[in-house]
Amino acid sequence: MKHHLVSAADLTRDDAVLILDTAEELSRVAGRPIKKLPTLRGRTVVNLFFEDSTRTRISFEAAAKRLSADVINFSAKGSSVSKGESLKDTALTLQAMGADAVVIRHHDSGAPHRLATSGWIGGHVVNAGDGTHEHPTQALLDAFALRRRLADGALGADLAGRRVTIVGDILHSRVARSNVRLLTTLGAEVTVVAPPTLVPVGVESWPCAVSYDLDAVLPDSDAVMMLRVQRERMNAAYFPTEREYARRYGLDGERMARMPEHAVVMHPGPMNRGMEITAEVADSPRCTVVEQVSAGVDVRMAVLYLLLGGAGPGDEEPKGATPRGAEATRGNRA
Amino acid sequence: MSDTQRTLIRGARLLGGPATDVLVDGETVAEVGTGLTGEGATVVEAEGRVLLPGLVDLHTHLREPGREDSETVLTGTRAAASGGFTAVHAMANTFPVADTAGVVEQVWRLGRASGYCDVQPVGAVTVGLGGRQLAELGAMHESAAGVVVFSDDGKCVDDAVIMRRALEYVKAFDGVIAQHAQEPRLTEGAQMNEGVVSAELGLTGWPAVAEESIIARDVLLAAHVGSRVHVCHLSTAGSVELVRWAKSKGWRVTAEVTPHHLLLTDELVRSYDPVYKVNPPLRTEQDVLALREALADGTIDCVATDHAPHPHEDKDCEWGAAAMGMVGLETALSVVQHTMVDTGLLDWSQVADRMSARPATIGRLPGHGRPVAPGEPANLTLVDPDHRAPVEPGAFASRSRNSPYRGLELPGRVTDTWLRGRATLRNGALV
Repeated sequence: MKHHLVSAADLTRDDAVLILDTAEELSRVAGRPIKKLPTLRGRTVVNLFFEDSTRTRISFEAAAKRLSADVINFSAKGSSVSKGESLKDTALTLQAMGADAVVIRHHDSGAPHRLATSGWIGGHVVNAGDGTHEHPTQALLDAFALRRRLADGALGADLAGRRVTIVGDILHSRVARSNVRLLTTLGAEVTVVAPPTLVPVGVESWPCAVSYDLDAVLPDSDAVMMLRVQRERMNAAYFPTEREYARRYGLDGERMARMPEHAVVMHPGPMNRGMEITAEVADSPRCTVVEQVSAGVDVRMAVLYLLLGGAGPGDEEPKGATPRGAEATRGNRA
Repeated sequence: MSDTQRTLIRGARLLGGPATDVLVDGETVAEVGTGLTGEGATVVEAEGRVLLPGLVDLHTHLREPGREDSETVLTGTRAAASGGFTAVHAMANTFPVADTAGVVEQVWRLGRASGYCDVQPVGAVTVGLGGRQLAELGAMHESAAGVVVFSDDGKCVDDAVIMRRALEYVKAFDGVIAQHAQEPRLTEGAQMNEGVVSAELGLTGWPAVAEESIIARDVLLAAHVGSRVHVCHLSTAGSVELVRWAKSKGWRVTAEVTPHHLLLTDELVRSYDPVYKVNPPLRTEQDVLALREALADGTIDCVATDHAPHPHEDKDCEWGAAAMGMVGLETALSVVQHTMVDTGLLDWSQVADRMSARPATIGRLPGHGRPVAPGEPANLTLVDPDHRAPVEPGAFASRSRNSPYRGLELPGRVTDTWLRGRATLRNGALV
């Protein structure tokens, strides 16, 4: 694996499978009474959040804490950032505090890339969502949840031949960009579905199919991922009304019935019930929303473990404290 | 400056032609020929070097008044002299905006005081670049600065009625409106060229049509009212087609291209390095090739730098927070040699046309862009075309360092510049 995780494009198929396998091993810890490993003891992980986020931040926080890392939450609101401090000075501050990894969420596309390549910090950079660019750990957790549902979470397995349909605001979605890259890397066939206004100009270079017709794609989907559609997009004339959007691109029970029986419904959350997804679908057993949340902690543990655990204090941990599988996957990295 | 100052430039390739001697006496060219002796003259051995008329830039941001942290008239004109320029047009988007006779006169006087190159202020079209009310164009024209070129550069005059009125109004004194063609609604929050790369990078797209639709409208307006319109920093293949069409109709349309749009593409934005953030944005390879072809065939009249200095902190940040613009005065000729001369698209006499004669004509600048001939003003630039070196922004005379060419090896080096017979640059060093 590379030194940073900024884009899903940073991951080869083997990197991605290794992360999923490691997450699978680490998830067993979550089933224990004491959900904690000493792997990252003495390491410092900073959650640097320039944009409001509850789910992703607490997911990373839980992941780092379960690996015994020291966690510092740095939220842009109420910090020196709101007083005009630059990303550079913030980064230099974190570097001086000895951050081993910086998990960054930023409203500007490319800010994590900039942090990783500018020389401002020496630690690992993990992109927790940047603007409308990427959100690679979301794609990893989606792949993890998908592999569990469609391939029983088999170690070493990828998603070859699985057909995944991503529906919604593709233009503004970092989840879509990361998923198109990662799922394709894992062998899946991806189709994005949206009104033409919400598909980026230049999408033809993406490794996926594009459709404007949800009903035509549903019967051939092993998974349908519904993206959150912000209501304010309506004001910028991306679509006429919420009702029309829901009618043409929302997933309701009737549409879900046209999916193959084994097919699942995914959503990165938070859901707009009644907009892109109806309550009937959201609450059905085919919907993986809650599994995705728990997968998020497992996958982020795996990412932090693989980025930070390979050398240093992680190697000195007492025998037996690491799950056997994780030990084995660490050996596989050589 | 002494009236008796004489310089003999010996053996220079005049406009890229055979070795020629040029004798400068005082402010003018005295003799052009071979075997000139020039009693008592300072001799510049120029064998192998190319002698051009002093370069003229239609589009320079000198930042003074208001942003002296990035450039001043003095540092900007020193950069201009280093780059071989003898005249620059100072854009109006200063603080305060150059929208009154007082501000343009101030800039003009600062230019005179600097002595490194002539500074011709550009006046704002509208008050405060606001796009709503015409600035006192006549007063700026009648001022000591004698403004002929008006532009809200940085902002587009997007209101069709205001643009029409401005075009009509400046006819009274042979003025020209230089339009920054950018439809504002189509470029809200825009960060880079809209296309394959923006789709991947998740940066808000800046569509070519936002530029082209304004150019289409403006050439039609100019035709309708019989006025001169000049298109600033044209950047797309589609814009080239529109200008070509307008010229074929005989309409009074001129256009400029920047050196960076002749060389760089939006692929560079993949680095998210804001040194590549510029307005208009870097476009695609196809656009670059169309721009080169259009400059070669004369559809695009001239090269203009859009020299846009910014302090380090405005570029040493994330893409979205960064300022738009690149410095260009000190690399313009090298980039033009690299993209146009070394590729066989232009010869040196055509470079003189595109970088000196035509911009001087558009800006109605007497004394610049003239032939190198006896009796003409001695505004001259001497270039060593065989020199190759990596660009080192730290060595720039400009106060700012935001060059996209850092480390890139480019051909050509301006060794000497004369402004009305006085050396402003001698053997690579400012005088």
